[in-house]
Parts: sequence; C-alpha cells; structure tokens
Amino acid sequence: MRVSTAERAGTYVILGVFTVFALYPMVAILVTALRSEVAGQGGIHWENFATAWTQARFGSYLLNSVLVSVCVVALSLVLSVLAAYAFGTMRFRGSGVLFYLVLLGLTVPAEAVVVPLYFDLRDLGLTNTYASLIFPQVAQSVAFGVFWLRTYFRSTSRGIVEAARLDGAGHWQTLWRILVPMGRPAMVTLAVLVFMWTWNEFLLARVMVTGEELRTAPLGLQFFSGPATTTVPLLAAASVLVALPVVVLYLFLQRHFIRGMVDGSVKG
Amino acid sequence: MAAGEPRRVGYLYVLPALAVYGLFLLFPLLHSGWLSLFDWDGLSPGTWAGLDNYVELATEEGAAAAFGHVAVLVLFFAVLPVCIGLVLATVLHRTRVRGLPFFRTALFLPQVVAMVVVAVAWQRIFAPDGVLNAVLGTPGHAWLGDESTALLAVGVVGTWVQTGLAMVLFLGGIGKISGDLFDAVRMDGAGPVREFRTVILPSLRPEIGVALTLTVIAALRTFDLVYMMTPQGGPGGSTTVPAYEIYQRAFHGGQVGSAAAMGVTITLLAFAVTFVITRISGGERR
Repeated sequence: MRVSTAERAGTYVILGVFTVFALYPMVAILVTALRSEVAGQGGIHWENFATAWTQARFGSYLLNSVLVSVCVVALSLVLSVLAAYAFGTMRFRGSGVLFYLVLLGLTVPAEAVVVPLYFDLRDLGLTNTYASLIFPQVAQSVAFGVFWLRTYFRSTSRGIVEAARLDGAGHWQTLWRILVPMGRPAMVTLAVLVFMWTWNEFLLARVMVTGEELRTAPLGLQFFSGPATTTVPLLAAASVLVALPVVVLYLFLQRHFIRGMVDGSVKG
Repeated sequence: MAAGEPRRVGYLYVLPALAVYGLFLLFPLLHSGWLSLFDWDGLSPGTWAGLDNYVELATEEGAAAAFGHVAVLVLFFAVLPVCIGLVLATVLHRTRVRGLPFFRTALFLPQVVAMVVVAVAWQRIFAPDGVLNAVLGTPGHAWLGDESTALLAVGVVGTWVQTGLAMVLFLGGIGKISGDLFDAVRMDGAGPVREFRTVILPSLRPEIGVALTLTVIAALRTFDLVYMMTPQGGPGGSTTVPAYEIYQRAFHGGQVGSAAAMGVTITLLAFAVTFVITRISGGERR
C-alpha cells in the first residue's frame, strides 16, 4: 500500500505517543525500584528486591500465588477438557441447556458472587484456606475453558476420531491420546489466560484471606503499600516482583495471550 | 462440525466441571438473590426485607453516586479506548509499519499487569511530587486527593489499560476485510477519512461490539484500582463504585442484604450490556 511520506511520519508519531503512554508507567516503576531508599543517593540498588523479598515476606506471598495458580490452572484445564469434549463431540439430552448454563458464568461479575461465597464458605469453615482461593477461581475459569475448548473439539475432524475408533480406541483414549495432544495450542492459550487471571486476582483473596500466611502476591502488595515504614523504592520493587511472572510469561507467549483475549474472552 | 454421536457417558464428562461451577458460581449467584431480600449484618439472624434493599438502592444517595461514577468510568474505560483503538488500527493498516510486533506487544502490555501493580505505578505519577505535575506545571497538586480530579485520574488509568485490547481487536478485524473493498474506494479517489467511514467502520461492527462489551463490563467491575488508588472511596466519596460499595457494605458496613442487592444489580446490568451491544453490533462474533 503506498502512502505519502507525511502520512508515514504521522503514523509513527501517533504510534510513538501511545507506545510511550503504554510503557511509561511500567518503566517508571522499574526505575523507581532500583533507586536508593535514601533520597538523593544515586546508583542502581538491586538490594531493594532482596529487601522486599525477605523483609516484606514477598517470598511467602509469591509462593502462595504460585501454589494457588498452579492448582487453579491444572484443575481448570482437566475439568474444561472433559466437559468441552463431551459438549463438542457428543449428543446427550440437555447438553444444549447445560452448555448455555455454563456460558452464563462468562458474564457474571465475580464481584456479585463474592459476598454469598464468603458466607457459604465461612459456614463450612473453609474461609482462610487454599480451597477458598482455588475453587471459586476454578469455577469462573471453567466457564471460559468449556467455551474455549468446545470450539476446538468441534473443529477437530470427525475422520480422525473415527479412525481412532476403528483402531479400537474408546472415547477416553481418543480424548487423551489423540485430541488433547493435537489441541496443544488451544490448551496452552487457556492455561496462560487462567494463570494470568488467577495470579492477578485481588478481590477474592481480599475477602477470603484473613491471616497473613495465606496472602497472595497482589494482596501482599496491598498490605505492604499501607505502612508508613514502606519506602517508595521498596514498594516499587515489591510491585515489580508481583507483576514480573505474568509479564515474563506474556513476553514469551504473547501470541497465546493476545489470541485468547481477542478470540474468546468475555471476561475482561 | 458433525453434531456428534449420542453418548450417555457425556454426563460423566461434564459432571466434574458442572459440580465445581454449580457449587462455587451458580449457587452463590442464586444465594445472592436470596440474601438481597433480607436485612442482615452477617452475624445475627436476618429479617425479611422483601424488595426494600432494591428500593433503597434506587433512592439512596450513596448508591446513586456509585452508579454515577461508573457511568463516568465507562467513558474512560470503553468509549475512549475504542476511539483511540480505531485510530491506531486504521493508521497501522494504511502504513506498513516497521516493528509492528513490538508496538502491538507494548500497547497490549497494560492488559496483563495486575491492577494492584497498575495502581501503585499510577499513584506515583499522580502524586504531588509526581511526573504529571512536572509535565503540566502544576506543582503539588494531589490528583487522587482532590475531590474534583480523583475519579478522572482513575478513568485515565482505565483508558491506559484498555486501549491496547481495543487496538488489537480492531487490527484483527481489519485484517479480515477483503482487499478488493479498499481497492474499490481508492479507485473512487477516497482519502483516509472516507475510507475509514465507508469501509473500515462498517466492517468492524462486530469487533467494536466485542470491544465495547468487554470494556463496559470491566468498567462496571472496577474494584482493585479504586480500592488501591483512592482508599475509602476517594476524597468525599468521589470515587465510590458499585463493586467497592459491595465490598464495603458486606464486610465493613454490616449491610449484607444491601450488598447482595447491589451485586444482583450489576449482574443484571452486565447481562443487559452484553445483550444490547451484541444485538446492535450485528449478532454473534464471526
């Protein structure tokens, strides 16, 4: 496509402005994280990360986040694969209604269910447990996972499935030996998105966790941002620690992030 | 694309997912509706209130303010990002830009960072000694501490978060438009503006619909940003939003019923938004 030099230049200016707008806050917080805690002192201070890690207990918060995220991703994947396989390749009475019932969960704001969830789990003695952080998140992820993977299962060719059956594979083997390995890209995209949503989740952790030991990374950051003893560089270092895992994953797997957000998400 | 073969065993496959979904999402949703009909502080026995909580939401000042603030946020979270996204996608399509993957990655980055971190980053920018005051030459102004600017400041952050999503959606949509259509209007001697109006805008209707749905619901759900950036709902309650009110009423105000009613209300609003926008933008996404 031929466009004038002026238009080309204009394009780069517009792009440049918005790219700076998008990157500036991220870069600024990284720079702040490396500043000295003592005002006016120059140099790069990597020790802020170590200080935040130990003094502010971010080591344990990050560990909680890893544990919760890994469990949520694993559970969501398995449950979504099973359900989406059935919804995508089998016919059974009520499957349409059940599928739409699950889709409903895509639009339900977590903010609306967190209140009853808290009181239900409190009655069961489950608040302030890993379960209270994991299962509600799985429930929301499954709504998206079933929607996302059903599309994949529907698109797989019936020929492959039939060939597998002729070879004597049952529905269980067909799923795990053939369709799941073939669907790696769809699974990776789902895993990446669920990981991000779980890692970044704040409200659920804020409501469910009362003690200090179960705090996830974002929740830890909120508590850390409060005390007067927290310096700006330390808070910035802690923020970088909280954001880093997802950002690194994004930079490596950005195709999966973007495709997932764009093609499927009604979640936001 | 075959409809699949009849298999009873399908029930066994969907059961685990449905169990977790039912117990931890569907049941709480119904329970929310039930709780919204009571006056309950979360501890002592509740008393039946009927629709009083809803009537109160419609008449009470605090609730009206929260919904009013969300309406302002929709402008920043949805309308602005969609407009900017359209401009960016259009200019990107017209010029073969070097380093497009870099720009796309950078512009989308705000989508993946935890809101809590976003809040910390922007708090620094809006601080009295922050960069915004340096740029605007307004030393010492506390953007988040001033009743008249706090909500706008939160809004700007929303625009920052959502613009990349809108742009990427639109880039995908423009990629699907047939090149013949562009050739045809150019033969007619159309400039960029007419090309945008006659080809891009109409063809992007489904993507605009999806972008608006996602971003309006994100505005409706705003919690982390407000909670972190403007504690206590901002100076003079200037940044309260429904999600914040839900949290506050249920867990600090002893008004569980009222919080539940608010939860039901934003759920219904989310459904309505999805339904209306999908209808207007021309049905299902392709």
